[in-house]
Amino acid sequence: MSVTQLENTIPESHPQKTYLNDGNTIGSWLLTKDHKRIAIMFLISISLMFIVGGWAATMIRAELVEPQGHLMSHETYNKMFSMHGIVMIFFFLIPSIPAVLGNFMVPIMIGARDLAFPRLNLLSWYLYIIGAGISLAAMLSGGVDTGWTFYTPYSSVYSNTHVTMTIVGIFIAGFSSIFTGINFIVTIHKMRAPGLTWFRLPLFVWAIYATSIIFLLGTPVIAITLALVVLERTLHLGIFNPAYGGDPILFQNLFWFYSHPAVYIMILPSMGVVSEIIPCFARKKIFGYNFIAFSSLAIALFGFLVWGHHMFVSGQSVYSGMIFSLLSFLIAVPSAVKVFNWTATMYKGRISFDAPMLYALGFIGLFTMGGLTGLYLASLTADVDLHDTYFVVAHFHYIMVGGAIMGFMGGMHFWWPKITGRMYPEKWAKIAAVITFLGFNFTFFPQFILGYMGMPRRYHWYPPEFQTLNILSSIGAAVLAFGYIIPAVYFIWSLKKGPKAPQNPWRATGLEWEEVPSPPPTHNFARLPIVEREAYDYEWMDGRDDSLSAASVAGGKGDG
Amino acid sequence: MSSQLVQPSEEYLWEQYEDRKQQDESYLVGMWTFLSTEIMFFGALFISYAVYRYKYPEAFYAGHEYMNVALGTINTAVLLTSSLTMALAVHFAQKRKRWMQIGMLVITMFLAFGFLGVKFVEYGDKFREHLVPGYNFEWNQANVNRLEASTAPINIIPSLKAGSLPADSAISHDAQMYFIIYFAMTGLHAIHVIIGILIMMVFIVMLVANHPSVRYHMPMEMLGLYWHFVDIVWIFLYPLLYLIPR
Repeated sequence: MSVTQLENTIPESHPQKTYLNDGNTIGSWLLTKDHKRIAIMFLISISLMFIVGGWAATMIRAELVEPQGHLMSHETYNKMFSMHGIVMIFFFLIPSIPAVLGNFMVPIMIGARDLAFPRLNLLSWYLYIIGAGISLAAMLSGGVDTGWTFYTPYSSVYSNTHVTMTIVGIFIAGFSSIFTGINFIVTIHKMRAPGLTWFRLPLFVWAIYATSIIFLLGTPVIAITLALVVLERTLHLGIFNPAYGGDPILFQNLFWFYSHPAVYIMILPSMGVVSEIIPCFARKKIFGYNFIAFSSLAIALFGFLVWGHHMFVSGQSVYSGMIFSLLSFLIAVPSAVKVFNWTATMYKGRISFDAPMLYALGFIGLFTMGGLTGLYLASLTADVDLHDTYFVVAHFHYIMVGGAIMGFMGGMHFWWPKITGRMYPEKWAKIAAVITFLGFNFTFFPQFILGYMGMPRRYHWYPPEFQTLNILSSIGAAVLAFGYIIPAVYFIWSLKKGPKAPQNPWRATGLEWEEVPSPPPTHNFARLPIVEREAYDYEWMDGRDDSLSAASVAGGKGDG
Repeated sequence: MSSQLVQPSEEYLWEQYEDRKQQDESYLVGMWTFLSTEIMFFGALFISYAVYRYKYPEAFYAGHEYMNVALGTINTAVLLTSSLTMALAVHFAQKRKRWMQIGMLVITMFLAFGFLGVKFVEYGDKFREHLVPGYNFEWNQANVNRLEASTAPINIIPSLKAGSLPADSAISHDAQMYFIIYFAMTGLHAIHVIIGILIMMVFIVMLVANHPSVRYHMPMEMLGLYWHFVDIVWIFLYPLLYLIPR
């Protein structure tokens, strides 16, 4: 992607006016309408929630070290895995990449000064904070033991825990997702720079667009469903309670109608990040741009048609089971299209193994594992055996942690210089990436075996013969924790001590690298850019760099 | 869409937009996107309605007997009229006729209050008849007798032949399901009406004060779209809940 900028307004020598130093009061942050500052506030809040969810995960793994765990009572264990699921899914993974990296990067990538509705964007952060606060308060003041799935009638009749309050928090945070989705869709439709056609957009933008569709069409359904659970619970109704003529399968249908697409909310943005990183560190144009773009949309649409594979053994009819099984196999196709296109991009590329690339490669490997084991679970017969075992747990952690969080970490490293204007220590970052990959596999690969041997999920007592694999998994979790602690330390360190980042440390294409200094000024662009080139034109960029080897390319001048 | 009606002015341009055209179109896309979300909001309830009506046709028939069709029809007319006045308010906003706009908004708000008032009466009747789901719901022989004496074409559902309806707990639960769906759907709709009224109040106050931001007609168009959506939802609710055998 190349750009003609009519005038270069920011001289290199002057201290920059950036979005970070444009007002230092607390009010200038809490009342900001700047998408970049809101992204930073989201980053801080979801990181705190990640610590809470990670702490719950630590407790779970500690409990499972021995067959008859003595660390917690049954009730506490149930609350612990519920808290882990609720916090990680609703308050970390779902907002993670869209609300942080998407919020920060999408307007810059498409050449806009801000999102279409900045005040709505700020409102979305406040709703997130209120929702997270209420749910967190519920979980800390006694907890909830239904699991993150809130299956009825347990959640609506029998559970004596803080179900109502937790659901209220999730309900409010749902509006945060919806508003974020509306903002992205309008921004991507209406705010693209001149010349930036749909098929010149970075693939990250396509991924965020597809994610927003799921936000819009899925979130309201779970909101109303959970609201009905609260009504059933508080008013003694029988909407989903078979004792009163209600249908618990209806709850499961409505719940998974959102919650299966929610998995694609988590994974699609990560795929977008990987699509940015791979061409940059292979120095090649992405292979099959259109296929990757449309596969994002295909995943978003097919994602709404596969929810029934969560209910193969719940009493749903065999015929719907067969159809959902077939559709679930079909959604593997667009995912595979992406993986093959990324590998084809790297083929004969000039690959360098910087930290973002390591995370992206880790993503490809782990996502492939998670995706392929998903096919086991999509098969009706195999699922009868594997349903509600640790095989399922391992499968979705390969997608959500191995996929979504690897992508998030890759994106954080890739754009950290742009976001903060500082470089992180490359050597430590590489070490952390490798530790994350190894620790992750140590944690979750044993769980595939455990599940295949028959260990059910959500139990904390298990036969002694499972202990070796469980210990292995817990040790892996400790290693994995280091994989997250190390980046947290050096990211914070780099804010003050890291070397100043140049405008384009990776020599990457894209408006955010070619046109905007690091960190960006408040309004991103002094003069809106005009785009004249396809995305990921690395052959052109490297050729230009070779011919201009001595000259600065900071302004992106001299082409066209 | 409507920018040809008034000359485009750069006066009310937010800083993130290049020009008024882009801003107007962004507003429109945003509102339609939001309405698609709203459709899914009600969609979950419509699918619940479908599931339970398929499962308990007799109970849904029995439940609808307690709907006050006259009041429901009046309310439909009231809401449709309010859509007309809202459309006129949007029209006058485009023409920049402030007092006409205020007048139309006041009438719309008045009609919306009328709708809520009728709904209030209907809900009150349900309370008195012990038909509000929950602890005080009652379904007994009296309900069955009333149903059997009803003049509606009872042959729609074969099992509703006279004397074949037991007043046992099963049909009681099933009948309660109809009222749960009824209150959930009309309740969510009423919440939307109330939100609409609140937004109208804000608009009226700002218009009377001649606040600069309401001189821009797009916010008014957004309110119009929202109100028409509320109206359309009711157009579906009315036959589904009130007119089951007809």
